[in-house]
Amino acid sequence: MPRLPTPVTLPDRGEKRSARTRPRPLLGKGGAAPDTPPGRHTPRRRLRQETATAWAFVAPSVLVILGLSVVPVIWSLLLSFQADDLVTPSRWVGLDNYRALAQDPHFDQAVRNTLVYTLLYVPLSIGFGLLLALALNRRIRLVGLYRTLIFVPFVISAAAQGVLFSFILDPEFGAANAVLDKFGISPQGFLNDPGQALAALLAISLWSGTGFCVVVLLAALQDVPPSLVEAARLDGAGRLRLLRHVVLPSLGPVMVFLLLWQAITSLQVFDLVYVTTKGGPLGSTTVIVYFIWEQAFKNFTAGYGAAAAYALALALLLLAAVPRLARALRDRFAPDRTPRARARADRHLEGAAR
Amino acid sequence: MTTASPAPAGRRRLLPFSPWHLLLAPLCLVFAVPLLWLLLSSVMSDAEINRFPPALWPSGIDLDGYRYVIGNAMFPRWFANSLIVSLTAVASNLVLGSLGGYAFARMRFAGSRLLLALMLATMAIPFQLTMIPTFLVMKRLGLIDSLGALIVPSLVTPFAVFLLRQFFLSLPRELEEAAWLDGCSRLGVLGRIVLPLSRPALSTVAVLTFLTTWNDLTWPLIAINHDTQYTLQLGLTTFQGQHHTRWSAVMAGNMITVLPVLLAFLFAQKTFIQSITSSGLKG
Repeated sequence: MPRLPTPVTLPDRGEKRSARTRPRPLLGKGGAAPDTPPGRHTPRRRLRQETATAWAFVAPSVLVILGLSVVPVIWSLLLSFQADDLVTPSRWVGLDNYRALAQDPHFDQAVRNTLVYTLLYVPLSIGFGLLLALALNRRIRLVGLYRTLIFVPFVISAAAQGVLFSFILDPEFGAANAVLDKFGISPQGFLNDPGQALAALLAISLWSGTGFCVVVLLAALQDVPPSLVEAARLDGAGRLRLLRHVVLPSLGPVMVFLLLWQAITSLQVFDLVYVTTKGGPLGSTTVIVYFIWEQAFKNFTAGYGAAAAYALALALLLLAAVPRLARALRDRFAPDRTPRARARADRHLEGAAR
Repeated sequence: MTTASPAPAGRRRLLPFSPWHLLLAPLCLVFAVPLLWLLLSSVMSDAEINRFPPALWPSGIDLDGYRYVIGNAMFPRWFANSLIVSLTAVASNLVLGSLGGYAFARMRFAGSRLLLALMLATMAIPFQLTMIPTFLVMKRLGLIDSLGALIVPSLVTPFAVFLLRQFFLSLPRELEEAAWLDGCSRLGVLGRIVLPLSRPALSTVAVLTFLTTWNDLTWPLIAINHDTQYTLQLGLTTFQGQHHTRWSAVMAGNMITVLPVLLAFLFAQKTFIQSITSSGLKG
């Protein structure tokens, strides 16, 4: 807090912080300080006013965001220890929901389906995305058009995708079987075939989700410092070496983000499943979120659904801890893997190869 | 940067265009064909679709599907509902996100750091963990089965607050100080100085809010029962369930559902892609 009666300025961050951490001496001394005119309370009043304004600014956001997250998270935890049908008062059942969950073959199947889906979707979407981004990252005509076409499915809702592909993959009226017929291949069941349904869902998600990876990776590729590329090229690095030792390593942080993002979205897949298969046929596409929704809003066993939701949240939390762990490990074993160090190491390698 | 080096003068070019087109063009076709099929089948007659094998190209433009979904089904109503929910969400995210973001960026008040950290932490909470109690909260508020139940949870997202805060922090302070000296209030500084400079961040928030609220199916499915309150996504899904054999009508409804987002994307492609990559790289 300024001692001198200074003209009105925006309160500086530093002085405000000191005001916050040492409020008492400030308030005690404020009026008694020799160079402050007695009875002058303006800074203090302004501070109070400022606080009131700030609170008025953040109050709606805080109310909505914390009210609809913190409250439900706690409520959900409580629910998971109760039997609740969303209508009548609930009954405390302790850990029964979790115990039942551990023995429920449907939950087991939902977890397995979700894991299979995630373990295929994440690497495939990022892999295809990287290949397409590398192919698009050059100065040829029509690149803008290609990028648009690849990205467009991403902005379309999962509901619309689901309805569209229910039609295309319809065993009787669908275009897919009509095309297969032209090549003399017998009609397939696709979403109606327990053996193909999950794969069909995966294909739809790849159709719509790859564009996201392409766009993010393309932006990252364009951020690779040209000086690095130039330096490596001057040292005689070929295209593959350039890719392997300069371009790919600089994509590291973006890759971590994409891995996490794609994993989180695929562990939470719901809309597409609801629209196309409703978890069937024979439970072959029941994923965890579909299971939770079904328990809570179809079978009206909300407590059971909440327990399943908590189990999934725990899994997501563990997943979020993985990159931190990976970073810790990398720092431990390869502390100097900064881009510059990598380029230097590269140059050594290239020199030795020559 | 580009990894393509200029072709050496001596190398003969076999093709009049880059060989990469041979790879890229068919691949992009794979992405485009389902959408093309959506458009084509929405203007086909049911007779064309229902014969086996179905026609792959319409013989003429038949708008029966569109007539049916606009006349007999409630698509216009659902369209209006979706528009109300999405536009309200966009407007309130811009207003509340700016207010909150500005306070967190420029004003210091007791507990601000803790609050910001808490709000950020809520971004990590998966939706399915909160969906059952959120339903119960909305029920207590008497909002279930009304558009209010859809609007309230999307009034403001931590993402909007945080993104705007980061952007405001990057603006030069001096401009605001000048306005402050002229006796402008905090709200005046925000409205007259800060927001006009924040168009990129505001458009990112607007685009992403519109995209997520327009496209959402999960929450409307839980919160809405009565078909007059459906959003387009929910309406389309239910309509498909009830009209399994009228595929041209279903596809016409699907076109209506997809078109606003598609048009918005095609007109503001740069903003869309920048929004998604920037939020991606920072989030």
